[in-house]
Amino acid sequence: MTRRRFRVLPTIIWGYVIWSLVPVIIAVAYSFNDGRSRTVWQGFSLRWWIGDPNASVLHDASMRNAIFNSLILAFTTVVIVIPIGISLAVGAHRLRGRSAKAVQGLTSVPLITPEIVVGAALLLTFTRLFTGIPLGFPAQLLGNVTFSISAVVVIVRARLVSIGSGFEEAARDLGATRFQALRYVLMPMLWPSVMASLVVVFATVIDDFVITSFLSSGVDSETVPLRIYSSVKGGATPALNALATLLVLTSFTVLICGLFGLSLWRKRHGDNGGLRAALADVTQADA
Amino acid sequence: MKQSPKIWPALAAPGATWLLALFGIPFYAVACVAFGTIDPIFRDAVPQWNPLAWDFGQAREVLASVLSGPLQGVFLRTIVYVLAAMITSFAIGFPVAYFLARHAGKRKLLLLTLVIVPFWVNYLMRMLAWVNLLSPSGLFSRFMGVFGIHYNWLDGSPITVVLGLVYGYVPFLILPMYATLERLDWRLVEAARDLGATSRQAFRLVTIPMAQAGMAAAAILIALPMFGDYYTNDLLSRSPRTEMLGNQIDFYVNNSQQPQRGAVLVLMLSALLLVALSWYLRSTSRYAKERTK
Repeated sequence: MTRRRFRVLPTIIWGYVIWSLVPVIIAVAYSFNDGRSRTVWQGFSLRWWIGDPNASVLHDASMRNAIFNSLILAFTTVVIVIPIGISLAVGAHRLRGRSAKAVQGLTSVPLITPEIVVGAALLLTFTRLFTGIPLGFPAQLLGNVTFSISAVVVIVRARLVSIGSGFEEAARDLGATRFQALRYVLMPMLWPSVMASLVVVFATVIDDFVITSFLSSGVDSETVPLRIYSSVKGGATPALNALATLLVLTSFTVLICGLFGLSLWRKRHGDNGGLRAALADVTQADA
Repeated sequence: MKQSPKIWPALAAPGATWLLALFGIPFYAVACVAFGTIDPIFRDAVPQWNPLAWDFGQAREVLASVLSGPLQGVFLRTIVYVLAAMITSFAIGFPVAYFLARHAGKRKLLLLTLVIVPFWVNYLMRMLAWVNLLSPSGLFSRFMGVFGIHYNWLDGSPITVVLGLVYGYVPFLILPMYATLERLDWRLVEAARDLGATSRQAFRLVTIPMAQAGMAAAAILIALPMFGDYYTNDLLSRSPRTEMLGNQIDFYVNNSQQPQRGAVLVLMLSALLLVALSWYLRSTSRYAKERTK
């Protein structure tokens, strides 16, 4: 009985791993196709990466523009959302009573709202109410910050809970002011959650399609996901696969740097959980 | 200790204000557009900011269309597709998470990493991968052709759309499911076995009830974005035969001259999700109560 289940489950999990990864690996492989086709293999070349003087990722002006837009959007969102999110999480953690409930509600509703609702609502707002904010980069930035605040709050709050209030109280007993306790005791301990937020927000924003698309103003503010979306069904060349591969590489670079930083931090602070604990930091944050 | 709590509201204020201005107000704006009027000359939606003057004519029209008109099919289809995709996701995701939590052994870190990878691969890249495979000259279509199956997968096929949703969202189910199962008190399952339950009984009577709250959370977590999804459908089908609610919203808000209709649909989607969510909240609070007993 039990033995049978042991054989079925591994088959399912390895089947799942293959099913979830092989199509993507094939798509990456086809970015090295020598021909114009994204489906029929005609030999290996770097034509669509760097070779072609017009249509390769390296030389196609609109693709380069999309990459640039994506990176700028992700960077600026991170820079704005991290301080706002941390301060909101720390503040909300200590609030009591009715205001605590209100803030709690305000930060958790975005987590469960589908992006299309946020995107549509912001589009209607920017075109009819806050008309001073033009569609394109400014609107996309505001939209992505709004959608990311809650993620930061969740990550930082989890860390605050695991730290507990003991350290701050000890600092206060030893004569620190409330601000000093916050600045010199709590802040340094929040580092892992800052790092995790950074990785999660950067990856979410650079991958974001719905909000960025609703708030875009056309080709000028096209990001990589928008570019993929608009050209998948046309006769796009394998350069599109190369562009998508580049996007995936970017998120993984950020993820791996973040994991590395996290496990380094943990090691330095005497926690030997290493990579696995760091992985837990990032994934718990997602869930 | 004396409280001087000024610092905490001050810290929370910027973020809370931001959310109020760019999340709270936009929601209100949607209602104002939905219940507003239409400019007689430019045919554009004019929002009505005063709730006392709201006009529900358009909303009534859309509701009638949902109940017994052209939108009925879209609504039913959305619900059926999402349910089908959710059940399939569980059929795939639960065993995967269960194995990871219980029997992965030495391979756990490797498998966990492999399962997390799709989570970090761009959604559109994963759809692009399938569009390539399913297109008439793609590897999958050619492979099926060997068995004499010639079918255009990308031309309004409901199966493709549902499986596309499964492929897209199942990673988001596996991780929370794994987190739930990992934290379960497996000693209780062993106790049940010691007391004579078969492994099947122990699974049904002990494991499942313990994991129920986590399963509900995971179901909600993937159902909410699926209900608002339009791009999966667009990329894998783009046919009116498989159109979902998200496609209608995208069309009316983004591409048409009738954003008012789109706004009404956004409100309806939100209402639909509110129902799902209240069910979830009720089940988790019940679970929390049982747990603290």
